[in-house]
Amino acid sequence: MTTAANHADHAHHGHHPKGLAHWLTTTNHKDIGTMYLIFAFTMLLTGGAMILGVRAELFQPGLQLMQPEFFNQLITLHGLVMVFGAAMPAATGLANWMLPMTIGAPDMALPRLNNWSFWILPPAALMLVLPFFLGLAGIGPGAVDTGWTMYAPLSIQTGWGMDFAIFAVHMLGVSSILASINVIVTILNMRAPGMTLMKMPMFAHGFLMTAGLLILIMPVLAGGVTMVLLDRHFGTHFFNAAGGGDPVLWQHIFWFMGHPEVYVLLLPIAGAIPHVLSAFSRKPMYGYRAQVYSIWSIAALSLVVWAHHMFTSGMSVGGQLYFMYSTMLISLPLAVLFFCWIATVWRGSVSFETPMLFALGFVILFGWGGLTGLVLADAAAVPQYHNAYFLVAHFHYALYPTTVMGAMAAIYYWLPKWTGHMLDERLGKLHFWTVIVGVNLTFIPQFFVGLAGMPRRIPDYPLMFAEWNMLSSTGALILGISHLMFIYIVIKCVRGGKKAEASAWEGATGLEWTVPSPAPYHTFETQPVVK
Amino acid sequence: METSPVLDDAARQVANRRLAIRLALVAVFFAGFGFALVPLYDAFCRMTGLDGRTGVMAASAVENSQVDYSRWVTVEFLSHAMPGVGLEFVPEQFKMRVHPGAVAHINYVAKNPTDRRFIGQAVPNVTPGIAAKHFKKIECFCFTQQTFQPGEVRQMPVTFVVSPELTQDLSTVTLSYTFYEAVKERS
Repeated sequence: MTTAANHADHAHHGHHPKGLAHWLTTTNHKDIGTMYLIFAFTMLLTGGAMILGVRAELFQPGLQLMQPEFFNQLITLHGLVMVFGAAMPAATGLANWMLPMTIGAPDMALPRLNNWSFWILPPAALMLVLPFFLGLAGIGPGAVDTGWTMYAPLSIQTGWGMDFAIFAVHMLGVSSILASINVIVTILNMRAPGMTLMKMPMFAHGFLMTAGLLILIMPVLAGGVTMVLLDRHFGTHFFNAAGGGDPVLWQHIFWFMGHPEVYVLLLPIAGAIPHVLSAFSRKPMYGYRAQVYSIWSIAALSLVVWAHHMFTSGMSVGGQLYFMYSTMLISLPLAVLFFCWIATVWRGSVSFETPMLFALGFVILFGWGGLTGLVLADAAAVPQYHNAYFLVAHFHYALYPTTVMGAMAAIYYWLPKWTGHMLDERLGKLHFWTVIVGVNLTFIPQFFVGLAGMPRRIPDYPLMFAEWNMLSSTGALILGISHLMFIYIVIKCVRGGKKAEASAWEGATGLEWTVPSPAPYHTFETQPVVK
Repeated sequence: METSPVLDDAARQVANRRLAIRLALVAVFFAGFGFALVPLYDAFCRMTGLDGRTGVMAASAVENSQVDYSRWVTVEFLSHAMPGVGLEFVPEQFKMRVHPGAVAHINYVAKNPTDRRFIGQAVPNVTPGIAAKHFKKIECFCFTQQTFQPGEVRQMPVTFVVSPELTQDLSTVTLSYTFYEAVKERS
């Protein structure tokens, strides 16, 4: 299909409103993908600014900048904003842009639903952070301050920032369920003729599992926060021991959502990265089937291991053993993924463009996150590590390399396809090395202070942790600056740069590279046939 | 499902909508599952005693149980009143040695030193968790709500049996009560 023909098509579809109305009403997957990505990045900066406030307070021992109540709001909002505002929408944005193109579909299956699932997000995010800004202005008790896990009974007792958070979680949940339904329908019904499930790109496999998990877990969390709301205002006692309820029940409900959520964040990236590794190694990806089956087993196992977050909440030995071994079991399919990724690069004709650097950075750093997770899965060891900074460092090594570095690898990889321009490699590499310095300087010290016993979520600490915390705060600042570099690089790439070919990277394969760069507004109106 | 169905636009729209509705029903089912976790969790804890929930035994069943005179189990008694309740609440003795299967008896004493009426209920808990279902209460003040007039002092009995099925490894079991203010009537 030529560009001219596409323009004719475009005119054919005509009657687009212009300006804001266009963005409010658009059902085009590329427009919606762009909005998702911009929203996610705005949230990344918001959550990042909040945690920089926290790191500034932790720069030195003692209370210099803020009171503990305010500190609690910052860490809570940081967690919720990053998970539900930045990480998940970023992945959905990628799915919107690339799913139809990689499976040869003209658009997402349910375009209007797609529009709704995006436009629920900004009001939800506003709802979440509004009490925070009202609190700054001296109105009300401030935002939710329970930690992102919202453990009862604190979540029953705290101020009305919690009610805002509950409604925000409802809306975010509805948004991600709608987006997930759309993704599944698109993948199952809209693939190009001839594309069997086992010829589907890895990216689609990763996203299929993520969407499946979301449909199972988000409604449970929505139910859970509804119970908190009922306990707070309608006299029920789901989590109130005085009325026969049980606070530990909340932990079960929360982690039934919370643990698969980790894999919801990982799997889209675990699907995208093999494409990048394969392209820049100029080799087909290694062990396609093994990777697909690993992704399936990770998704299935993730649903039955949640209580390893609760080893210190009181659990029978049998329960601890079960959750310990089942958690460790997940490392087997994950190891298969890892070895497949390494084997993809192994003896390839490797070049280190920016997307490849980010992909390799993701593989290595996420490996640390995974290995330290094995330590935390050990029920005998966890009383030492639980709720210490070791845990904080672990899950940031698991989440930052995936949701931020992995997403950036994918964005840089597909950016030529979106903008029609190659990115500025020099700046891209500078960005990568800044991120590497920032992320390690921030989180390696946290392993050490954690092992020495520094608890998380406390705004003050003993003098002996001072040097490591100073380093960590410095790293966080560098990491924050690196995100500003990302904006600059992307804007520069949108504005101009070396013209990108249809197949922008030498080793890239897949349907998306058969359409011109930038991809026309409507791609694959006639579906390609996959042999 | 191995390949996507090849359909014209209208038929595809119908197929897409049908699949979307099915997936939405799955989501609705799991919202229900979230709420179903509440009774499931309760039943699971009662069945296994995992939560420290104590067993209950009818008085008539006691006569049939065998007393194991060959071993002793120490039962420790704890008491807590939630902050702000203003109740002075202690057991008459802090530990007791019993034979498994034998009926034992202890009193807790509560005093309401405030000048207002107090209505509340005690919630029991047994540690370690594996002992919980073998700790059977025949009579307990925790079965019902208790009302204390201002200044009232009252002895409250607990009659219990430690079942002979309790594992041989355990020689000490701790029974703890936490007194809560009963839920206020909503006005």
